[in-house]
Amino acid sequence: MQRRTLLSTIGLSTLGAMAGLGRPGAADAATPGVSATEIKIGNTEAYSGPASAYGAIGHGLVAYFKMVNDQGGVGGRKINFITVDDGYSPPRTVEQTRRLVEQDGVAFILNALGTPNNTAIEKYMNAKKVPQLFVATGADKWGDYQHYHWTMGWQPSYRIEAAVYAKDILANKPGAKIGILYQNDDFGKDYIAGMQDGLGAKFKAMVVKTASYEVTDPTIDSQIVTLQGAGADTLLVAATPKFAAQAIRKVFDINWKPLFFMTNVSSSVGAVIKPAGFDKAVGVTTVGYAKDPTDAAWANDAGMQEWRGFMAKYMPNADLSDANYVYAYGVGVTTMQVLRQCGKDFSRANIMKQAANLHDLVVPTLLPGIKINTSPTNYHPIRQMQLQKWNGKTWERFGQIVGA
Amino acid sequence: MGRTLLRHWPLLFLAFAAVVPTVALSNYQLFQLTMVAVYAVAILGLNIVTGFNGQISLGHGAFYAVGAYVTAIMMDKWGVPYWATLPVSALICACTGFLVGLPALRLGGLYLALTTFALAVATPQLLKYKLFEGWTGGVQGIVIDKPDPPFGLPINADQWLYLFSLAVAAVMFLLAANLVRGRIGRAMMAVRDQPTAAEAMGIDLAMFKTRTFAVSAMLTGIAGSLGAIAIQFVAPDSFAVFLSITLFVGLVVGGVASIGGTIFGAFFIEFVPNLAEQVSKAAPGAVYGIILIAFLFLMPGGLAGALRKLLRLA
Repeated sequence: MQRRTLLSTIGLSTLGAMAGLGRPGAADAATPGVSATEIKIGNTEAYSGPASAYGAIGHGLVAYFKMVNDQGGVGGRKINFITVDDGYSPPRTVEQTRRLVEQDGVAFILNALGTPNNTAIEKYMNAKKVPQLFVATGADKWGDYQHYHWTMGWQPSYRIEAAVYAKDILANKPGAKIGILYQNDDFGKDYIAGMQDGLGAKFKAMVVKTASYEVTDPTIDSQIVTLQGAGADTLLVAATPKFAAQAIRKVFDINWKPLFFMTNVSSSVGAVIKPAGFDKAVGVTTVGYAKDPTDAAWANDAGMQEWRGFMAKYMPNADLSDANYVYAYGVGVTTMQVLRQCGKDFSRANIMKQAANLHDLVVPTLLPGIKINTSPTNYHPIRQMQLQKWNGKTWERFGQIVGA
Repeated sequence: MGRTLLRHWPLLFLAFAAVVPTVALSNYQLFQLTMVAVYAVAILGLNIVTGFNGQISLGHGAFYAVGAYVTAIMMDKWGVPYWATLPVSALICACTGFLVGLPALRLGGLYLALTTFALAVATPQLLKYKLFEGWTGGVQGIVIDKPDPPFGLPINADQWLYLFSLAVAAVMFLLAANLVRGRIGRAMMAVRDQPTAAEAMGIDLAMFKTRTFAVSAMLTGIAGSLGAIAIQFVAPDSFAVFLSITLFVGLVVGGVASIGGTIFGAFFIEFVPNLAEQVSKAAPGAVYGIILIAFLFLMPGGLAGALRKLLRLA
């Protein structure tokens, strides 16, 4: 009896498998956006409006998937990458996302730009069970796998970055008296939270003073003086570029020499270091996770050669110093790994499952040693970074790759 | 027969607008039409003060934001049903409009335009302000739930939302049309065209302008509430300065001082940005600008003005 059940089970499953084989694409028909010949991917980007500099990411992704298609696509299918403009306005993100999901019928949304924009569609995407993969924002909230199963981040969050600074302080300057200057919004507050994560119970004892500023403030000079006055010998600045440049200058002007950590958001040479003064910024420490396209150290690097080859062929007129193209390439590589892992099952559930199943993925545009890892309980793909110090001419990486 | 039909065209139009899209269009397209209804009411508010009363406002996005936030906060913090937030939102926006109008309208013309513009610039930052953060949710904004159709109606949430917004918009248009056609409307236009004569007729100019401003803010605020329900999310970045400019564009394109024109204006601001983006992803703003200039060149009086001219020719 038992034997017969077993046999019939095997028979049934064989039949089922044969039925499946006999009708290729039958299973796919159930997944919107996936046909026998193509996979539709949607993306919202700020091609117009206040954040249109990020539009380069969208252009980079378009070029990347064109390259993928020229190389034969994935699973016998070509990628149909549909990117639309939302002008960085959340209501338009909602509208465009609904267009992509309901009208164009994409399989998933990739790398949508902006924290408020992704917040606006988060509930919709999760109610519809459409993957919202690798969102282009650094807020920490994009790793909330418990409440938002279908939403995943990509780049290291601000909070993880702050925890990396805390770890470095604990290791190299355990008696530090820390002062923190932060922008009074989610971006700035993520750094306070990250320091709490990293320092743990020692946070109260080690952080002697925190000072905040509003984006509308003209300067942050008095905050810097206050932090110095509180006896801090270590400074963390979580400020956007304009204020970051002011902070570097003021610290130099009052002849204060703290161990100086600066958010990665304000590590741009053009927007921060140059206005502050190349000499005045010497010793400022930040983190990086991607290779800087302007850094001479990567002139002969295999990964960056690969990227340059791609750029030369698919974006011949683009500005090679724009880090957004490096970013887009990294997102593209990660996405292709997910799709390759999908095998033949491109259902939304399996795409999400494979996105949460990345192990030690090496991306050519990330710093050597950084690997992408995800799991059903880790929705932060990049959790590693490397510290780097301004030496007067360039950012100089030092120490090991650190994770949080 | 023909005349009766002509007299009842708004009703016929409304019946058509309610039934046909609900049956024929996809949920996504219905959502777009919902936004058209929302923008139409917002532009209607602006039209009352700018078109009929001649006061240029570049800050109506601020009232739209107030309406949206009133609805979102009431739904999120106190669990008030979405429909019940509309009267409250109307009241608060009218008061806000009155208070803003009180000093602002004593400055005429271009100065008023600048004052209201300043209001629009300040709005996103005020919404992020620490003191209000407990209510407004700061930069994170507020996410609200989508209303379900009531009474077990056999339609989905998008269809219901469209019908609900359309119904509210229809009532607003009816009220506005009656307002401008009556005694008050004539006074509004008198203040716009001949302020000295209007004053001689016994109209208190400043008070009259302020009240008009309040009515206008109320309408735009209700639109904000409807918009928040449709989008299910409010955040400071949703109400940047550009929103006020967009409403103004809708007003001019539709036709200043034309009730029907506001609907065309709403269609324009909802669909033309998408059209521009399909033409060019490299510079959607430039394409939008060219379409806008072409439009104003071909129809200087807005679409309503062009139609009027056509009718006169025919």
